[in-house]
Amino acid sequence: MIRYILRRLAWALPTMLIVTFLVYVALRVGTNPVESYKRSNPRVTPEKIQQYIDINGLDPNYVLGYFRWLNNFLNGNWPRSIKGSREVWPALKDAMANTLRLGIAATVVGVFFGLIFGLLASLRPGGRRDIAINTGAFVGISIPPYISAILLQLLFAVYWQRWFGSSLFPTSGVYPAGHTGFDLFLMLKFMALPTIVVAIQIVATYSRYLRSSLLDVLNSDYMRTARSKGISERRILIHHGMRNALIPIVTVAAIDFGSIVGGLIISENIFSYPGMGLYFLKSFSDGDFPLLMPWMVIIVASILFFNLIADISYAWLDPRIRLE
Amino acid sequence: MHGSIQGFALSNKTETSLTPRQMAFRRFVSHRAAVISCVILGLLTLLVIFAPFTARYGVNESVQVPPNSFLTPRANAWLGTDDIGRDLYSRLIYGVRVSLIIGLFSALISVTIGSVVGAIAGFRGGKFDDIMMRVTDLFLAFPFLVTLLIVRNVLGAISWVQPITGEMNSVRFIILLFSIFGWMGVARIVRGQVLSLKEREYIEAARAVGASRRYIIRRHLLPNSIGPIMVALTFSVVGAITGESTLAFFGYGPQAGDGATSLGNLVGAAKGAVQTGFWWLAVFPCLMLVIIALSVNFIGDALRDATDTQLDRGI
Repeated sequence: MIRYILRRLAWALPTMLIVTFLVYVALRVGTNPVESYKRSNPRVTPEKIQQYIDINGLDPNYVLGYFRWLNNFLNGNWPRSIKGSREVWPALKDAMANTLRLGIAATVVGVFFGLIFGLLASLRPGGRRDIAINTGAFVGISIPPYISAILLQLLFAVYWQRWFGSSLFPTSGVYPAGHTGFDLFLMLKFMALPTIVVAIQIVATYSRYLRSSLLDVLNSDYMRTARSKGISERRILIHHGMRNALIPIVTVAAIDFGSIVGGLIISENIFSYPGMGLYFLKSFSDGDFPLLMPWMVIIVASILFFNLIADISYAWLDPRIRLE
Repeated sequence: MHGSIQGFALSNKTETSLTPRQMAFRRFVSHRAAVISCVILGLLTLLVIFAPFTARYGVNESVQVPPNSFLTPRANAWLGTDDIGRDLYSRLIYGVRVSLIIGLFSALISVTIGSVVGAIAGFRGGKFDDIMMRVTDLFLAFPFLVTLLIVRNVLGAISWVQPITGEMNSVRFIILLFSIFGWMGVARIVRGQVLSLKEREYIEAARAVGASRRYIIRRHLLPNSIGPIMVALTFSVVGAITGESTLAFFGYGPQAGDGATSLGNLVGAAKGAVQTGFWWLAVFPCLMLVIIALSVNFIGDALRDATDTQLDRGI
């Protein structure tokens, strides 16, 4: 097992280098960093431009430039943003903290309710409750996240205010303007709507996952054996059913990372929640290369990390995989 | 009640003479939501094809002389008007037209590319298969919007593809952009199907009598994968339509001006209307998008049920 993990880890590093190189090239072709630098700073001197090119590794040769950039990046010699010449790390750190909070909240809420709905649906397959949950999940998957965001915003923020005098949930930011310090209740109130938007997708996918996986398990032979031994229905369901049904879901969960981040980006944008998504969209539209590259590195690293976890958990659950 | 008894009698009588295709059709028809979806989509298509007659105003025509902005739904503007007094109902019809065109064409292109690549990869295996799976894995692992935006910019920056793709905010560009994305999902589905099909006896028999690879792929593998391909087609239609509206929502979609007002443009305009409480501008475009996405998804779901069971019976 340890050898398997080490082998996967040894693969992760070259993959990381190749993918960041591709991202580097794509960003250079797609956003044209030098031009956008000149656009943001119209009266900049040629020396400044040269300095910008050097520190960002914007060499005409892509391979050489990539290694220059990598060298600077690893040595902590990070360039400042092209707009307002801000430090990158503090901005990125704040965005990461905000997004982690939102992402974890949405994942916990989503997985919890998803599993409950999945369990309820598979207890009596084909029954009325099953059909209702299944259709609901289908609708949830079909609705793009920004549509639920718009409609939630319209209902809970705008029209709630008209009908009841004050809006139930605020629609933008992490705290009201001018607020300082930490306030859990206020924070939760501001997080509610963006969390719900992301959680809807998660609930819909996970209830479907669990339903199909649990139905497989419930039809298997060892369930019949358990029943014939006279174990209570409740114990069968929890101990035999859920335990085995969750195995395939754990591995799928790790790979779902990309789609959760995708939902977060959209949700953050609509609710002006200052996280990784808003950070990306803003710096992308500015063509802000110094801000974009570290963001990309973090995303690529997390994707590889979650893939690694999926592989490892799979190998742990199913020893045949390790031999490969 | 009467219908089901009749259906039962009918299926009993003709059980022996049903072709697999007829059986699949029966199973499709028994999926009630899918049939309703077909009707809805059919009506929408008619509404859209005859847009000059069904729409009450032009796409950029105002309803009445000013003041005409943000009118609530009323007799001369069934779904209300937008900020410069254009009829939302007419704009929705034109918007659905553009979105359906984008969905259909990019789905057709991506299904064509995806089926060919997937069939070859699944059939030949080896290096080509490995590389293709790695690349698509990577693309699909990234957050969709991030890859979409970056690929869009890269595609727009390469000068020699300009004659093919056209302007960055043209409908043609969007169609090609979603074709680039769509084929990957299709290729994976077709590859999986081909992998399971190629071990069947009839493929072995074809190989034994000396059929070429090309012949086997064209005559046996692709026709037998038609079910999954159809399912993939419906999902890429939805993917392109919602993807286009996502792009437009964030301001990267087709230019709204010259006849390219899409559903995405309308949903994007809703973003600004929400805070001020012009609910019709948000609710109707969103509802239309949800109806289309749901209908196509239901049809895809029914198609999968209809074709899957056929495979399970080992025909």
